[in-house]
Amino acid sequence: MGYFEMSKLALKWALTKPPTTRYPFEPRQPIAGSRGQIVFTKDNCVYCTVCAKKCPTGALVVNRAEKKWVIDRLRCINCGYCAEICPKKSLTMVEGHGSPAVTRDREFH
Amino acid sequence: MARTVIPFGPQHPVLPEPIHLDLVVEDEKVVQALPSIGFIHRGLEKLAETKDYIDFVYVAERICGICSFIHGQTYCQAIETIMNIPVPPRALYLRTVWGEFSRIHSHLLWLGLMADGMGFENLFMHSWRVREKVLNIIEATTGGRVIFGSCKVGGVRRDINADTIKTILKDLDEIEKDLQGITKVFLNDRSVKARLCGIGVLSKQEAWDLGCVGPTLRGSGVAQDMRDQGYAAFKDIPVEPVTRTEGDCYARCAVRCEELFRSVNIIRQAFAKIPEGEIAVKVTGNPTGETITRTEQPRGEVVYHLKANGTKNLQRFRVRTPTFANLPAMLKVLPGCDLADVPMIVLTIDPCISCTER
Repeated sequence: MGYFEMSKLALKWALTKPPTTRYPFEPRQPIAGSRGQIVFTKDNCVYCTVCAKKCPTGALVVNRAEKKWVIDRLRCINCGYCAEICPKKSLTMVEGHGSPAVTRDREFH
Repeated sequence: MARTVIPFGPQHPVLPEPIHLDLVVEDEKVVQALPSIGFIHRGLEKLAETKDYIDFVYVAERICGICSFIHGQTYCQAIETIMNIPVPPRALYLRTVWGEFSRIHSHLLWLGLMADGMGFENLFMHSWRVREKVLNIIEATTGGRVIFGSCKVGGVRRDINADTIKTILKDLDEIEKDLQGITKVFLNDRSVKARLCGIGVLSKQEAWDLGCVGPTLRGSGVAQDMRDQGYAAFKDIPVEPVTRTEGDCYARCAVRCEELFRSVNIIRQAFAKIPEGEIAVKVTGNPTGETITRTEQPRGEVVYHLKANGTKNLQRFRVRTPTFANLPAMLKVLPGCDLADVPMIVLTIDPCISCTER
């Protein structure tokens, strides 16, 4: 049975720079390759509605006649499926998470 | 001595998820434990009847927040079995790698909670410090921290290139060194042993009879691990189950500590043998048939039963999760223990109530 097994580890980390950051004064840097949030580029979109049909949570609504692309950020789970299947690559996933959505307001593009 | 009923949960400092136990106590000894579950039932199995079978991977992944990847993988394996889809070997290796990363982060989470449950705050912080490194690797390779979202029917969504593999292997060396530091404390420290040794003893026969799975079963001396069935890349990477014979809380903790190192080795072997090639095949048509798929999650064996009738929605989707199989064992060992040992016994089966209730 060992005594003071933790002491070595505790002593080492007492003298080492903390692995945590001073958030929010020091914002977290996004990790390359992370599925942060979905970004819509209006110029390429042909309003084919594939993304809205395939969205697993129904967060996207596309109106072809009015040329409107709408997202409900509270429903979106950032799975990236829409970005994967978009034929015109007008949807992309960016690394930054952005500010969190707190209301059911939809974003119209 | 008069009997008293003490409620344990659904909100309790040691419980990350809600389960309620009515503990009948005589003095400080528990004489009976009466469980009630159902606080977080979400009806995910029913959802399979209205969701497209390809999109349902996202739902399957959300059955559990910790072993999410293996849930998605098991679902995909089940659909691939029904539809006879030849999954590219590279995808199988990548699934194995992510599955093992998932196991490491789950075990580290559990070790942290265990340390926290016994009041060892410092060890809790160190366990989660190491887990953070694993989560960073997962986020960089799959895009998500706990919900990976990288598995799909017919393969995987993302590849890992050679440079990233080199970086991960370098990080793994560092993680292994960290793991040695913290597991040494879990296995040898006097205060940890005082809280775990001889508590909640489950004999080999009892564990087998009650249908335990995973580290709870292996901690009682039964060498059963679904990975030796050879799913994904495990047909090329042999897995020898980690077992202990004591059957107490310490044994279950020791099994998980040793499994961390085994998982690191499996990832190394998988990266050494990973073949080049495609990562996914195109899936067309709808599934027809029925299958049962079994895989090894961090908490034990999970069983998926799928029934499809040729439409885009499944006819029946049923999951038997490891925590559900381990609950009878927990209720078996609780009577006779001290009230102060209840949190340790409950924690050592690694209860995942979201899984259990779905």
